[in-house]
Amino acid sequence: MKLKLATMAVAGLMAAGPVLADLVMPSLSFRTGPYAVGGIPLADGYADYFTLVNERDGGIGGVPVRVLECETAYNTEKGVECYEATKGEGSLLYQPFSTGITYQLIPKVTADGIALHTMGYGRTSAANGKVFSNVFNFPANYWDAASVAINYLLDENGGDIKGRKIALVYHNSAYGKEPIRTLETLAEKHGFELSLLPVDHPGQEQKSQWLQIRREKPDTVLMWGWGVMNQVAIQEAANIRYPMENFIGVWWSGAEADVIPVGAAANGYKALTMNGVGKNFPIYDDLQKYVYDAGKSAGAGDQSGTVLYSRTIYAGFLAHMAILKAQEMHGVADITQAMMVDGMENLVITNEMMEKYGVTGMGPEFAVSCENHGGPGLGAVTQWDAAAGVWNQISEFKASDKEVIDALIEEDSMAFAAENNIDLRCN
Amino acid sequence: MFYREAGDFSTTYAEDQQTFPIKFDRYRYYLVLFIAIVVVPFVVNDYWVNSLLLPFLIYAIAAIGLNILVGYCGQVSLGTGGFMAVGAYSCYKFMTGVDIWWGGELLFRLPEFNIFFSVIMGGVMTALVGVLFGLPSLRIKGFYLAVATLAAQFFLVWLFNRVSWFYNYSASGQINAPERDLMGILITGPSTEPWAAYLFCLFFTIVCAVIARNLTRGASGRKWMAIRDMDIAAEIIGVNPLKAKLTAFAVSSFFVGISGALFFSVYLGAVEVGEAFGITKSFLVLFMIIIGGLGSIFGSFAGAAFLVLLPVALKVVGVDWLGWPTDIVAHLQLVIVGGLIVIFLIAEPHGIAQLWRVAKEKLRLWPFPH
Repeated sequence: MKLKLATMAVAGLMAAGPVLADLVMPSLSFRTGPYAVGGIPLADGYADYFTLVNERDGGIGGVPVRVLECETAYNTEKGVECYEATKGEGSLLYQPFSTGITYQLIPKVTADGIALHTMGYGRTSAANGKVFSNVFNFPANYWDAASVAINYLLDENGGDIKGRKIALVYHNSAYGKEPIRTLETLAEKHGFELSLLPVDHPGQEQKSQWLQIRREKPDTVLMWGWGVMNQVAIQEAANIRYPMENFIGVWWSGAEADVIPVGAAANGYKALTMNGVGKNFPIYDDLQKYVYDAGKSAGAGDQSGTVLYSRTIYAGFLAHMAILKAQEMHGVADITQAMMVDGMENLVITNEMMEKYGVTGMGPEFAVSCENHGGPGLGAVTQWDAAAGVWNQISEFKASDKEVIDALIEEDSMAFAAENNIDLRCN
Repeated sequence: MFYREAGDFSTTYAEDQQTFPIKFDRYRYYLVLFIAIVVVPFVVNDYWVNSLLLPFLIYAIAAIGLNILVGYCGQVSLGTGGFMAVGAYSCYKFMTGVDIWWGGELLFRLPEFNIFFSVIMGGVMTALVGVLFGLPSLRIKGFYLAVATLAAQFFLVWLFNRVSWFYNYSASGQINAPERDLMGILITGPSTEPWAAYLFCLFFTIVCAVIARNLTRGASGRKWMAIRDMDIAAEIIGVNPLKAKLTAFAVSSFFVGISGALFFSVYLGAVEVGEAFGITKSFLVLFMIIIGGLGSIFGSFAGAAFLVLLPVALKVVGVDWLGWPTDIVAHLQLVIVGGLIVIFLIAEPHGIAQLWRVAKEKLRLWPFPH
């Protein structure tokens, strides 16, 4: 612990040392490789949000934001290289959008005293702030997603899903395996049958899994997919004529790029979401005026308004609010890495703030605390309308089964704390 | 003028048979060792160690291992990624204490091994697995053997994904290296000082290279090369193919296992078998030895350096200096590295090691080439 404090102090000093007056936001993007289809809108949205902040407000608290992009190709080795290359520049907040890279970074950011925000991905038990001091995963996590999906099915079926067959098609990696424990616990609680169908990286080969689905005819198929795996799964589902309205993807399997290649056959496919979808947010007017019309959009500029683009707009907004909070708490505009962690930990999101920055309804109101780094865990269900080419939100934002999830989080995070000799915080 | 035997007299057999018989060469070697051991640890930072030096050293060990099998013994292997995974998972099990179950009950649990011995055990277990998968090499050759080792690659990755015992039943299926120290100095975990991690890997690299060098120029190396050049002739002159091939598999897998163990415990700290030890890893190490030079220890280092450092160098030039978009640079990187591999194979099929040999020949004649 002493060593950790010392390194944190050194990291803080190093960040405070040079008088570079800018707020560095690293963006570990993946615009290449099999996951680029998701990585491009994510990287574009994040970059455009901070371009907007710089153009419209002149930065945050008067200090311009510099987005430092580094290409990882969703590869953990390159992710580590990117982290090491960018952390020395005073990077405030890492958002890798990759569960594999998140697992690499959790111990590293904790030792270096830098904040890590994994919104709806990464290690779910990081929601326990007592154990994970520098990692945040608000507003919702994978286990929330699993529970929201089951709750949705409960609502659809009048509260009884006993004996129903539910299949989980998942990316055979840390990401895809995350919901299994929760689903198994929920299966016991609600009495449904769960079958597991792993798909290996990168996910182009799914014939056998869908053959099995065709044979077993599960009532519902859940999917934890990412990148090229999503398109292939939806195509395979269409090929075996699986009813699309019974096919529900997690929030990383519900973007335009996943369904458009399948065409009309993808109509009715459902996916969860943790942020509002569509382009009906006032912030898009600002983006149009300050970013797109000024020719400053990131990448090819063709991702505006897509699901994943909006998600990183929302991620950018949350980071923006955390920086404001840190500036307010410490009374300095050019905040350090340690101050950013404070800002994240004391972040409060209210409807007034969302209204002020043009993202009304994009996410819930919530407050982060020392103990709770996970937020409220709300999720909604969206459905793809192939004719109109839009995702429609078909349910309200609803809470997950916190009773089940909190117990699982407690168990997993305590195991991690014991394994790594971590002293509990927030006492 | 500098690089020549003239005036360098050996008075004992031992002197005559040393690895670097030429004085200039020997001093250059000592200088490289001196800089690597004494100077580098004082000047490196996190970035240099974690992004360049550790991957270079670790891939160099893997390349030496594969070079023994492919370059010296002529047995093509595409299972390097799988064997590295064996090293990594054995290292993890030994550093967290191997638990043996029987009929649903915990029979006993080995004490946690020190990180140093965990890495060694990673090598030992991989050597055993390597011998097992090397058995078919007695009956099948060439491309067929390549396919058999490819099966090893897929089987091992599947195994480590499927059997949760290997990752201590963690929900995510990942293995995470806990903090471990060697004589009070942290070697694994996030608080490790960069120099400690560097020296730990450097130690293994030097020892592996010295062992490999001496094995390959001794009796066993000659047997391997005899098998490589013509196995029937080798058998007729009295080389036992069973022994030669299996020792090559064992020694090669031992080194590959050590590199896998270091790759997981010291370099990454957390791995996921499909992503870290997939088929691409096997090809990467194979490219390293092809570009570096088959049948050369120096070539293994050169190949590892080429494929580890070049992408980073291109990224620094493209993104940091020229300010190009990151995706363009990433694509260019693939094009340039791929192009260079093709050019190398056409212009210098024997790899970078051959360039080095030619340079030494030129030095020998310089300044009066005839």
